[in-house]
Amino acid sequence: MLITCPYCGPRDVIEFTYQGDGNRERPQPPSQDLDAWNAYVYDRLNPAGDHNEIWQHSGGCRAHLRVVRNTITHEILSTAFARGGHKSADNRAEGRS
Amino acid sequence: MAEYSAFSLLKNALAGNKDWKPAWRKPDPKASYDVIVIGGGGHGLSTAYYLAKEHGITNVAVLEKGWLGSGNVGRNTTAVRSNYLLPQNTRFYEHSMKLWENLSHDLNYNVMFSQRGCLNLAHTPAQLDDYARRGNAMRHLGVDAELMNVEQIKRLVPALDVSGSARFPVLGGLMQPRAGTARHDAVAWGYARGADRRGVDIIENCEVTGFLRDGGRITGVSTTRGEIRAKKVALAVAGSTSHVMQLAGISHMPIESHVLQAFVSESLKPVIDTVLTFGMGHFYISQSDKGGLVYGGDLDGYNSYAQRGSLPIVDEVMSEMLALFPGLARVRMLRSWGGLCDMTMDGSPIITTGPLPGMYLNCGWCYGGFKATPASGWCFAYTIAKDEPHEFNAPFTLDRFYRGLIIDDKGQGANPRLH
Repeated sequence: MLITCPYCGPRDVIEFTYQGDGNRERPQPPSQDLDAWNAYVYDRLNPAGDHNEIWQHSGGCRAHLRVVRNTITHEILSTAFARGGHKSADNRAEGRS
Repeated sequence: MAEYSAFSLLKNALAGNKDWKPAWRKPDPKASYDVIVIGGGGHGLSTAYYLAKEHGITNVAVLEKGWLGSGNVGRNTTAVRSNYLLPQNTRFYEHSMKLWENLSHDLNYNVMFSQRGCLNLAHTPAQLDDYARRGNAMRHLGVDAELMNVEQIKRLVPALDVSGSARFPVLGGLMQPRAGTARHDAVAWGYARGADRRGVDIIENCEVTGFLRDGGRITGVSTTRGEIRAKKVALAVAGSTSHVMQLAGISHMPIESHVLQAFVSESLKPVIDTVLTFGMGHFYISQSDKGGLVYGGDLDGYNSYAQRGSLPIVDEVMSEMLALFPGLARVRMLRSWGGLCDMTMDGSPIITTGPLPGMYLNCGWCYGGFKATPASGWCFAYTIAKDEPHEFNAPFTLDRFYRGLIIDDKGQGANPRLH
């Protein structure tokens, strides 16, 4: 599987560290909403299909990336920097499984 | 008299093997059942078997979307052990071990359970201390465990590199002598036949596409073979748990589906007669009765429903094998397979009533589901029949994550790919 890093270009998956489900919403630090914290820590969408997830290019530029990847075909539909939300969802990458 | 015996074998051999009955029927689904078990893998079949045998509930259907035993029960590394640290896991898996020890007699089906031991290798003094602690915890609960030194390990596994020059020198290990392996296909077929002979309908090629409801209560399922009603609907669908729960309207679960690969080599003369695990990575190996080395390692490491693995993990697993057994460098790999693992947030399973009325849930087996097959079905059948958990599965609730009662044997936190 190749992941196209916005800095470095297409790189092998072994350069990246998986950081899981990118749909989770972290409550504000002072929040005492237990349900929100529980959902953030434990609940996963786990779809069979397109999955919004966070990867880090730990063996390269170390940027955190937001990747949309199909969990059935492993096709990567988009990659973008994770900061600033999911801005470049249409930035279709060339990486394929 | 038992259906399979030396006498029946001889009789059928002389009669030209024309009188054998199929091990299970191929019935059409009835309109309704007392219990529907979704998932015809090891856990679903053993659940149906123990529902019939222990609780007299025989109006049961097992729905399987493919063919029986087509998932992980037929393609795993077959290790059976109960060498856990935490008491909730130890008690549950030790119950499973005791069921394994009598399983061939119980099913009248040879599951080839072979108690050849399971040895966890230690490569640092701290790891050896940790194993001593786990061994003591196991013995405290009546489970067998022995620390082995390098000399003993060298005698047990002569092919292992125990020289001081190994990249990760072996300093000792923790052995569970009663652990071992079993023939996974026979486990599926044996449970299927045992359930079928007690009246359970095993319905293959029948995929669940939705749930029938009466108010909030689950009252049956719609399938590719029509609607089927049931008083109780039990899920044992492993890697597809999130998908099936979404059909029931539950969008989030404390589960991620990951892919785990298993490998088999060409057949060799006997070289490893125990189950061996590497302590400096994640690698486990045994040798099948046919001679093939059966081994595996870590998850591929990202959410996947692909049922096939990627090459970096193949490379890693082979490297780990050669770190232990340099002499096996020329052995050829015969085949590999990737299966879905329903990884929970603490690495322990879920066997519970609910979460919806009329529903029962069995999932979260991570990659340790095979050894749990008997106890999983036994406990799940108890939970379905009595509407409350047995003491062995009482800790394995769904809400434990939200109540601070996680059972994290490996201490990895809510990071499923690391369990």
